[in-house]
Amino acid sequence: MGSPSPIDRHLRRLRQDRLLSTGTIFDIKKFAIHDGPGVRTTVFFKGCPLGCWLCHNPESQSFEPELMIRDGRCTRCGDCVEACAQDAVSLNGDSVRIDRGRCDQCGACADVCVAEAIEVAGRDVTVAEVMVELEKDVVYYDESGGGVTVSGGEPFAQPDFLLELLKACKSRGIETAVDTCGHVAPHLFRSVAEHVDLFLYDLKVIDDERHREFTGVGVESIHENLRWLAETNRGVIVRFPLLPGVNDDEANIHSVGEFLSSLANRPRVDILPYHKAGADKYGRLDREPRLPDTEPPSEEEVAGVARRLSDFSLNVTVRGESL
Amino acid sequence: MSLSERVSRLRQDSLDARPTVSSERAELITEFYERADGVLSAPVRRALAFKHLLENKAVCILSGELIVGERGPAPKATPTYPEVCCHSLEDLEVLDSREKIPFAVEPETRAVFRDRLIPFWKGRSLRELIFERMTEEWKAAYEAGIFTEFMEQRAPGHTVLDDKIYRKGFLDLKDDIRRSLASLDWLNDPSALNKQEELEAMAICCDALITFAERHAALAREQAEREGDPLRKAELERIGEVCDRVPAYAPRDFWEALQYYWFVHLGVITELNTWDAFNPGHLDRHLYPFYREGLAAGTLTQERACELLQCLWIKFNNQPAPPKVGITAEESATYTDFAQINTGGVMEDGSDGVNEVTYLILDVIEEMRLLQPSSSVQLSKKNPDRYLKRAARIIRTGFGQPSVFNADLIVQELVRQGKSLEDARNGGSSGCVEVGAFGKENYNLTGYFNMPKVFEITLNNGVDPRTGKTIGIETGDPASFASYEELMEAYRSQLCHFIDIKHRGNNVIERLWAAHMPTPFLSVLIDDCIRSGLDYHDGGARYNTSYIQGVGLGTLTDCATAIKYHVFDEKTFSMAELLEALRSDFEDNDRMRQLLVNRTPKYGNDDDYADSVMTRLFEAYFDAVDGRPNTKSGTYHINLLPTTCHIYFGSVVGASPDGRNAWQPLSEGVSPVQGADRQGPTAALRSVAKMDHARTGGTLLNQKLTPGLLDGEEGLDKFVHLVRAYFKLDGHHIQFNVVDAETLRAAQQNPEAHRDLIVRVAGYSDYFCDLSEALQDEIIARTEHQSY
Repeated sequence: MGSPSPIDRHLRRLRQDRLLSTGTIFDIKKFAIHDGPGVRTTVFFKGCPLGCWLCHNPESQSFEPELMIRDGRCTRCGDCVEACAQDAVSLNGDSVRIDRGRCDQCGACADVCVAEAIEVAGRDVTVAEVMVELEKDVVYYDESGGGVTVSGGEPFAQPDFLLELLKACKSRGIETAVDTCGHVAPHLFRSVAEHVDLFLYDLKVIDDERHREFTGVGVESIHENLRWLAETNRGVIVRFPLLPGVNDDEANIHSVGEFLSSLANRPRVDILPYHKAGADKYGRLDREPRLPDTEPPSEEEVAGVARRLSDFSLNVTVRGESL
Repeated sequence: MSLSERVSRLRQDSLDARPTVSSERAELITEFYERADGVLSAPVRRALAFKHLLENKAVCILSGELIVGERGPAPKATPTYPEVCCHSLEDLEVLDSREKIPFAVEPETRAVFRDRLIPFWKGRSLRELIFERMTEEWKAAYEAGIFTEFMEQRAPGHTVLDDKIYRKGFLDLKDDIRRSLASLDWLNDPSALNKQEELEAMAICCDALITFAERHAALAREQAEREGDPLRKAELERIGEVCDRVPAYAPRDFWEALQYYWFVHLGVITELNTWDAFNPGHLDRHLYPFYREGLAAGTLTQERACELLQCLWIKFNNQPAPPKVGITAEESATYTDFAQINTGGVMEDGSDGVNEVTYLILDVIEEMRLLQPSSSVQLSKKNPDRYLKRAARIIRTGFGQPSVFNADLIVQELVRQGKSLEDARNGGSSGCVEVGAFGKENYNLTGYFNMPKVFEITLNNGVDPRTGKTIGIETGDPASFASYEELMEAYRSQLCHFIDIKHRGNNVIERLWAAHMPTPFLSVLIDDCIRSGLDYHDGGARYNTSYIQGVGLGTLTDCATAIKYHVFDEKTFSMAELLEALRSDFEDNDRMRQLLVNRTPKYGNDDDYADSVMTRLFEAYFDAVDGRPNTKSGTYHINLLPTTCHIYFGSVVGASPDGRNAWQPLSEGVSPVQGADRQGPTAALRSVAKMDHARTGGTLLNQKLTPGLLDGEEGLDKFVHLVRAYFKLDGHHIQFNVVDAETLRAAQQNPEAHRDLIVRVAGYSDYFCDLSEALQDEIIARTEHQSY
């Protein structure tokens, strides 16, 4: 038996390093400057256990790859119709339509769409592949005190991949942040937390029943995990997405303030006012948004909420900026 | 700090002044040349012409002015230089009537041109002589849009002043000239007579500038006598004293220093139409001793210093770039004359160059918001972040100034070119992005070079497909190329062929300038012309550099990458199929175009596939140009900047393998193709940093950032990180257009309401509404790196 080939040796090392662990992501965004300190690269995991109304990344919700259509780009060449084995694609008006019932998400139509009118949101990647992209911006992390942020979707919904990715970052001296909804089994949450330098922790609605209505899940583990983070004095910034008609009522704001001020070490809370940047993604997925007519809150309303939360002796920021 | 009533008014007057063509200089120079035929040597003839101009041109002191002197008879009354190139009546008509960058031409001015100037200069201007001496192959390449020629209608300028005028008066400089004359070696130096003529010409110029100042002193006293307002009367008397003192003697205070510089500036831009405009270079370090002493002695306040600087700024703004003749109007259509004031950087001893005057100048830039002068931040790792943040606060307002340069890399670039470390540290950037040893170098941009056009000719085996003429060499039918290497070899051959043509032309043109149009006044200012007795145009400067500015590296890279990827690696289609699609401008083959645009690795995304193609093409250009000798005992180097020439160059290049439609603009500077960088600024900067900027004399990188990105303190921090990281990677220069596309579109639709919108174009800023529609469109299309 001869010695293993260089490729075999390489693969073995990758397996040892668990860099071949795979996960599903839908984007890697560079120069992310609102996802933690410094200049960061954000990896968006696909799939989320919650189904929040007004989710601004609807393509992040499903764990499966999804086809997204950008009407303006379609040149009506018809290549996609030819490529589809399920007869799910047809030309329609100025653009292309997909019969989502027939479609098996194989992506053949997107492969041939050179105009990029059909895109697949979601791809399987190895930790090694992600690391190649993350390593490219090390000079910016070094210069700015930045690093990698894992967001989603819900990162903890792909726990093995998340853990291996975080370990790979830490072993290369890259700072890590995780943006989570907190709906994670506490033992799992705690086992991963040691590889995380900063949590960006979403808190939306305090009342359990209303939380179930709005997101589909209860608040128990969300509150418990946050309380534990605070008690163990880990890096955490609470992110409060301000969603008109959903969680901007006086009662909820009061509860948020009360809850956060009850935590050890009183973490900073960052208000993220609703914006419409994600709105047209629903159309690309042929989905109807809940509350389609929601308008962003005015700056006065945002300032009002910030003031009310400040009354609880909390360190409040809006979009990362101090008041 | 707010503007004083005086400055507000002068500033508004400057903004309101209408650029006109003035015939004053042309008439005076014609009057001189009519009488000055005969036995004069070239330098002495030019010196006497200079003297005639400064003794006879109108002098004016405008109401409320502290810094005095105009190039023309009034603000924005712009002279012409018929001895270099004489405007035709058609040129004047175009200048008067064109929509963008017009110059009003009064009927009397037209009559003077028609009756006197045009008849006299016909057959006498240097431009005609230059074109006569160019070979047929040079003319063919020039007409095909392979290159432009900077020296055909503006004088080789591209130089910046050092600190000498703050130490020496012109009488001191005359002493230096006298000493040099005394040391001429009449026994061993066959050029001794030529040097004597040159040095005597320099001395005549020194006296001429002193006389010019004295005329202002006399006018100031005359106005003071008639002045009723005691405050203004005192000011005018002070102006008289200042103009008596400088430039004859070294300045004693802040005011005298600024006025001295301004007289020198007027001298340089009156003697010839140098390209780019002269500028004071590191103004902060030059003025700092005067500022400190003035404050300590109680003779100067911060407010007064600021007001004097503002008055100087207005003076710059009053001098539009001299209007060009012929086709090069498209090359650089702007009023700005590329005077770039440097701040920061490192001192001669390597220490931090930022001082209090640096911040004062940044205040002035922010408050004045004028097109001219341009300004730059020379950022060394030794400079504090607060300096860059102060500049970023100005940049994020969307003003487009100042641009940011890597001071430490510039030192490295200059030292590689053979400058001493001290001369390098006293150097900086000027014009767009080009580097120089201030006060000691003639660094001469000789013309833009259209790299994608050469690639197009390579793909057509030496033929220009636009005209069907064979202007290149036969490097083989590309459909027969078996490998990407063969294509690269063919491109390199074509490249060297055209650089040879350009180089030969430059050699002739440089000698014509030296022989016919020496510049003794400028020679007084640039070391070591006095010591060597040689003119600035004849190798008198300590360092003499010729540049050929490569344009379209992004487009070129994406073209070559597309062929490597689709034809040779992936075999998506054949070379013949590609060439067929290009010939028809992708008509009936939009699929291929989409494939080329969307499914091809592109430069600017931190993707080594495309970026490694870029570095090879960069090396090819470097190898073709760097190290060639010029006629001034100097050397050729490269830089990569387009000003606005990528629009003109694009208009002569047909459909290209990067999926670009025919006649569309090329990429600019070292920036990726407009819209091709889709991974955000960190990736774009990393891609750009993969070329070895240290072996250039300047690269230009444009990044458009939307205003929101730099909001708040955090935004400023991110800006600092981005710039510092790019410079850590040895990037040369970066400039930002901080505007959103919506604003730009609104400005395009309704220019009246957006007259104040200044955007960074390419190494300089301009009023958006003054730009051509094509350029406006292109700025809108430049990738917006919006982040949320």
